[in-house]
Amino acid sequence: MTKKPRVGLFVTCLVDMFRPTVGFSAVKLLEDAGCDVFVPDNQTCCGQPAYNNGDKADARRIAEQVIATFEEFDFVVIPSGSCGGMVKTHYADLFEGDAGWSIRAEKLSAKTFELVSFLVDVLGVKAVIAAFEGAITYHDSCSGLRELGIKSQPRKLLESVDGLTISEMKDSDVCCGFGGTFCVKYDEISNKIVSKKTANIRASGAGTLVAGDMGCLLNMAGKLKREGSDIEVRHVAEILAGLATGPAIGEKR
Amino acid sequence: MSVHPTSPEFKSNAHGALHSPSLQKAMGNVEKGFIEKRRIAAEALPEFEALRDSARDIKNHTLAHLDLYLEAFEKRVLEAGGHVHWAADAAEANAIILDICQKAGARTVTKGKSMISEEIGLNAHLEANGIKPIETDLGEYIIQLRGEAPSHIIAPAIHVNKEEVEADFRRVHTHLDAKRDLTAPTSLLAEARGELRARFLAADVGITGANFLVAETGTSIIVTNEGNGDLTQILPKTHVVVASIEKITPTLNDVAQILRVLGRSATGQEMSVYTTLSTGPKRAGDLDGPENYHVVLLDNGRSAMLGTEFEDMLRCIRCGACMNHCPVYHAIGGHAYGWVYPGPMGAVLTPSLIGVDQGGHLPNASTFCGRCESVCPMRIPLPKMMRHWREREFERHLTARTTRWALRAWAFAATHPKLYGLGTRIATRALSFLGRKKGRFTSLPLAGGWTTWRDMPAPEGSTFRTEWKKRGRK
Repeated sequence: MTKKPRVGLFVTCLVDMFRPTVGFSAVKLLEDAGCDVFVPDNQTCCGQPAYNNGDKADARRIAEQVIATFEEFDFVVIPSGSCGGMVKTHYADLFEGDAGWSIRAEKLSAKTFELVSFLVDVLGVKAVIAAFEGAITYHDSCSGLRELGIKSQPRKLLESVDGLTISEMKDSDVCCGFGGTFCVKYDEISNKIVSKKTANIRASGAGTLVAGDMGCLLNMAGKLKREGSDIEVRHVAEILAGLATGPAIGEKR
Repeated sequence: MSVHPTSPEFKSNAHGALHSPSLQKAMGNVEKGFIEKRRIAAEALPEFEALRDSARDIKNHTLAHLDLYLEAFEKRVLEAGGHVHWAADAAEANAIILDICQKAGARTVTKGKSMISEEIGLNAHLEANGIKPIETDLGEYIIQLRGEAPSHIIAPAIHVNKEEVEADFRRVHTHLDAKRDLTAPTSLLAEARGELRARFLAADVGITGANFLVAETGTSIIVTNEGNGDLTQILPKTHVVVASIEKITPTLNDVAQILRVLGRSATGQEMSVYTTLSTGPKRAGDLDGPENYHVVLLDNGRSAMLGTEFEDMLRCIRCGACMNHCPVYHAIGGHAYGWVYPGPMGAVLTPSLIGVDQGGHLPNASTFCGRCESVCPMRIPLPKMMRHWREREFERHLTARTTRWALRAWAFAATHPKLYGLGTRIATRALSFLGRKKGRFTSLPLAGGWTTWRDMPAPEGSTFRTEWKKRGRK
């Protein structure tokens, strides 16, 4: 048997702070798939807030920190399409004209993956051993969908969960209105967009909303709760790892 | 006189749009119609994605040799007996067109749909000088009656509901029977057609834009669905084409390729109903056509975009697919953007043309969902260019001070892992403690932008990394 791949888990700031269960789910899924998982203590943020707000210098400093922290691993896995997209598709931009850092950035980008696409596309995982009773609906988060091509992978693994059915919502591939700082800078527009999203989620008839990005999940969970909906909101990793047993996002403990 | 922007008031414009029931009703139609039609048309053509690459490459090549192709175009137009005028900005273009109209002794001019004429504020300039411009595209005709600007680059009156059109027609067409039935959309169409027919015949000058200017042949091409463009440019004695310089395309073959993505991306049509080519004035033996043919080539900031990070924007063929697929545009419509060009393409182009100090909100009011780029037939990296504008704003300290401060503080912490770890541990514990009963917050200090509209879920407990270490893991 070949040596186990050494995977550095970049949990992301939002998972770290808001939803540790997602981190533990990612670890379980990766270990079940035969990886050695490491959580380097020096990890912080991917730099996306700075990058998307035009603060390229700070984004670059943060990216240097991420590269230095994670470049020792065979793979870097992130339970987020948005942060994954940042490292995989945008880091190279930050180091234009700096050959040394460009090479380090490109090497890191090449071995960085979003969690579910890593399981399916790289490790060839076809099914998970987990159970979840009921219908879920899956929201395709924008960066994962359009920057990383994540659409079939989560559905494929979700379908293998015992007792789970997928009830697709209308416009599952349309933005939820989060957009990082957009949701507070243009809060009224963001609210309009997320209101359309929650209407589609409700109309799907599913009891649980699932997605792969904490930002979108916090946004949609927050709106559903404000609307008084009892639809539960969970990260896809929790369901796939069979750890969707505690309170859902925004539910009381 | 070019159009006065209200882009700096973007937020209040958007607020008004979000609270307008008629606009919200009309915007529902955009989401329903365009997207599905484009998808079906694109999927039905196996080479659609390859054509997008090809279209992008054609325009990139053209932009790299823009001077050459512009001069070639001018030469061909002159050879065909037409005239070419170079306008550096809106004022020059308006002056040139007014001069042509005055020399033609024009009292009324008919107009085909032209976003460039909107950009330079041509109608207002002609009216101020005693010449009556008449918009002949149905959508443009409607908004001219309403005294409005287009809210969409290919569907200018998309924000107007049928009932509102009926009211406008009754208000303006007072010579018609007040008891006429206008409930069916076709009756509105018939009425507009009847009104416009006489105007076509009476016009002294016809003004159109151009979708393409062909360097190889000196031809201007318009793509329309109503036939109004043809009547505008063929019936009057003088035809004026006003177009911006990036409309140049090297050959008819190149145009043919781009046309295959244009109609499909715009309206889901394989081809628009009319693709009208015009080369110079009427020749000896021609039955129809204008006696005088003028092309006004407008720069108005385009050449300054060449060689910059915004050059890719000059590939835009104005199909409108980006706004048709934009969740922000769907929410607020086109007028909220506050100038001529709305949606994602407007968010990139507007700051280039009126300055980022005026148009700065536009590239910020995007979630970067990327749907625009995913459908752009010319593969213009719209989100990337919006980010470039944000970078310029940040460099020029146009970004709000609180945002700058928060970004710098976050970046400082993120590059000091021990401090970051401590800060996030404390914040997470505090939030999770305060939110332990409900699992969420209905209001939070400094987070009003969030909690005005939605609850803020509370953290589960301590941070992941704290828990990870507790389990003795590395």
